[in-house]
Amino acid sequence: MSAVILALAVTVAQLALAAAMALALWRMVRGPRAQDRVLGLDALYVSSMLQLLVFGIRTGNTVYFESSLVIGVLGFVATVALAKFLMRGEVIE
Amino acid sequence: MLPYPLLTAALAIMWMLLTSFSPGQLLLGTAVAMVAGQGMAALHPAKPRLRRWDLIPKLTAIVLYDIVRSNIAVAGIILQGRRRQRTSGLLTIPLELHHPMGLAVLAVIVTSTPGTAWIDYNSARGTLLLHVFDLVDEKEWLDLIKNRYEQLLLEIFE
Amino acid sequence: MSHASELPIWAALLISVFLLLGAGLTLVGTLGLVRLQTFYDRIHAPTLGSSWGTGGIVMASMIFFTMLQSRPVIHEILIGIFVTVTTPVTLMLLARAALHRDRLEGRDVPMASPADGETDEPAAD
Repeated sequence: MSAVILALAVTVAQLALAAAMALALWRMVRGPRAQDRVLGLDALYVSSMLQLLVFGIRTGNTVYFESSLVIGVLGFVATVALAKFLMRGEVIE
Repeated sequence: MLPYPLLTAALAIMWMLLTSFSPGQLLLGTAVAMVAGQGMAALHPAKPRLRRWDLIPKLTAIVLYDIVRSNIAVAGIILQGRRRQRTSGLLTIPLELHHPMGLAVLAVIVTSTPGTAWIDYNSARGTLLLHVFDLVDEKEWLDLIKNRYEQLLLEIFE
Repeated sequence: MSHASELPIWAALLISVFLLLGAGLTLVGTLGLVRLQTFYDRIHAPTLGSSWGTGGIVMASMIFFTMLQSRPVIHEILIGIFVTVTTPVTLMLLARAALHRDRLEGRDVPMASPADGETDEPAAD
């Protein structure tokens, strides 16, 4: 019984997160300005990180935790670098 | 020996969380954390001094409650779409808080609460430029930042 | 999901509630990212995903692995702390970049800051 409940919830959550990723991707592709694209990328990173965590629950394997931590770290660095680039026109001054 | 005890402890705990607990890992994690503490000391960052430890749980509780509340509010507005008239705008708030750590904590609070976003801080004038998602009454938001958060942060840090 | 069959029902329900809450809030946040009209409005939307969206899923994961392995598994809280600390930094930088670009192009910013010209670095250093 609990496996059925959990399987249903995990599936719904994964579909919702996939939709969230698609919406963030839409904002990233559509723009209209560069800062909108970076914001979309940031949202895409966060939702894919969460998607991986839910994958971890689905498989019962903690190895997904590490990959979502890496995605989180890389997403942060990437967004900061891009925001800095938008402000100054270069990343390393 | 331990220039930044809190940082060292936090790093050791993080090490223990990422690996599984065993005496060997505890030893290794503590060693790494102590080296990192020494490395931090070599950078000579300004050492934050907290005046009122006891107020931190109160601040945390207030912020968690506000995050839940504004999550519901912002989710409601987004789901309603354009059926409701909503004005958003920028707000300039003069701050008495000048402590760098306090300002950093205020920035984290304001930004992680949906509905308000920290845009800019002018350190010469001590004014904060805040973007508010649902700006019904400017005074209400001014009051929220000044009395609810800044007062506590002033007591904690200055 | 055969590994979950030995979980008690209440735990499965609790995990499901947190999962759906987190995923739902993240979805609403990105929906706002698509639907809202101006950039300054849109910057509020992802905070839904990074506050309680992340919080809900991290909670679900912590409860699940704690129940599954019959020992406290709380390393997911690192993701929660990390996201809480980093989101303000990215959003602040992005907002300042947008403000800077808007001013540079002479666009109409909703309400200009009293500071003319040079803005200072935020004190969070």
